[in-house]
Amino acid sequence: MSQLPQDLKYTKSHEWVRTRADGSLEIGITDHAQHALGDLVFVEVPEAGRAVKSGDACAVVESVKAASDVYAPVSGEILEGNAQLASAPETVNGDAYGAGWLYRLKPAAGAVQAAQLLSPQDYQKVLDAEAG
Amino acid sequence: MGRKTPLFSLHQELNARIVDFGGWDMPVQYSSQIGEHHAVRRAAGVFDVSHMCVVDLKGPRVRAFLAALLANDVGRLRAPGKALYSCMLRDDGGILDDLIVYYLAEDFFRLVVNAGTRDKDLAWIRDRAQSFGVTVTERDDLAMLAVQGPEARAKAAQLLNPADVEAALALASFSGAAFGRWFVARTGYTGEDGFEIMMPAADAVPAWRSLNSLGVASCGLGARDTLRLEAGMNLYGNDMDESTHPYESALGWTVALSPGRDFIGRAAIEPLAKASPRRLVGLLLEDRGVLRGHQKVHVAGGGAGEITSGTFSPTLERSIAFARVPAATPAAVQVDIRGKLLNARVVKPPFVRFGRALITL
Repeated sequence: MSQLPQDLKYTKSHEWVRTRADGSLEIGITDHAQHALGDLVFVEVPEAGRAVKSGDACAVVESVKAASDVYAPVSGEILEGNAQLASAPETVNGDAYGAGWLYRLKPAAGAVQAAQLLSPQDYQKVLDAEAG
Repeated sequence: MGRKTPLFSLHQELNARIVDFGGWDMPVQYSSQIGEHHAVRRAAGVFDVSHMCVVDLKGPRVRAFLAALLANDVGRLRAPGKALYSCMLRDDGGILDDLIVYYLAEDFFRLVVNAGTRDKDLAWIRDRAQSFGVTVTERDDLAMLAVQGPEARAKAAQLLNPADVEAALALASFSGAAFGRWFVARTGYTGEDGFEIMMPAADAVPAWRSLNSLGVASCGLGARDTLRLEAGMNLYGNDMDESTHPYESALGWTVALSPGRDFIGRAAIEPLAKASPRRLVGLLLEDRGVLRGHQKVHVAGGGAGEITSGTFSPTLERSIAFARVPAATPAAVQVDIRGKLLNARVVKPPFVRFGRALITL
């Protein structure tokens, strides 16, 4: 198992959250998630301007096998979806924490504090528990 | 914990992801499902299909028994080794299973039925075999490997005794022969050439390793599913089951209605041969997205249908599906994917055969 990036926060549903310099958030799915899904063939990202609540399904990643929802870890407004993924969904398999980001979001006031994000250590425990 | 094939430990050693399939712990993929798919379209891959159920039927009246049991006509099987694809129907015409029947000798036929239907099939067959004096033997001592792809037969033949190679490579499509303790048939479920090989369980691991060393890729059930969908082949439980009949399952071609044949289910389905209200069609998604089983199909004029199997086609790089729709469905339909209506086109499967796209995108 590869090392989790230490500068990110995580969710139990296998999203990662990066805080950008301007306070906006970048969200993707973890390497564990992309590996579990297998080869991705379609990614649907949310449109800019959409208001989302923490826990809303706001993106979809589909592998050959199945479709999976990606949830908003934090309430806020969508700034942009990663348009590159429409023609290159496999980017998420190859670079889950980098070029494979799914969308950027402007968090609502107090939303980051209210969200139950996991540290890398706590997310690792989630993975260890799933591995049994 | 599900049932395991003789290859289970090898699948684990090869880092396969294991899933439950019809009560069996089976490899769904080894490294990349798409990579395994392309290996079969372009070169050769090997699948563990030992979970499928081999049933030997013996007795002087076995041909008469099968003429009653199966919707296709075993009378077509004249040369030993010849295979036939057929449905096995209930009295009301519902499909109990689809299977392959091999004619081995006048008193010896062999069936290969689905894993998930094993118990009900065996019970159904045994109940009806008795009055024909036919003995029914489940061959769970055998493993089965499907070696598929344009290079599959040449590679697999290298596992045989050198004296048998020429005869194995001369097998006609849809026929098989015994070579020592192996039964080799030129059949498959991928739309490519290849062999399906039944062998004693103890032979399976060394055979698999030999195939790998000859460059044959280990392939899981994930690739098997995308390959069979591209090839226009139904999957029992998805595309048909006991609640559907052959004429609404694109299987009318497997029903032999020649005069005088009296098989189980004939009376119920014969009126539907030319008047089925529904049919099973192929769909090609014109918009971006992925068609999946159970999505609703909207048909102009108010009709509705449902996708029975859908996936992303690695060969076409587009989404394809089978859907059960009203008989009068036009070529253009829409599919409801998460509340959005996306455009799809009705096409005639197969989508891909022998490595080539058969439909225009």
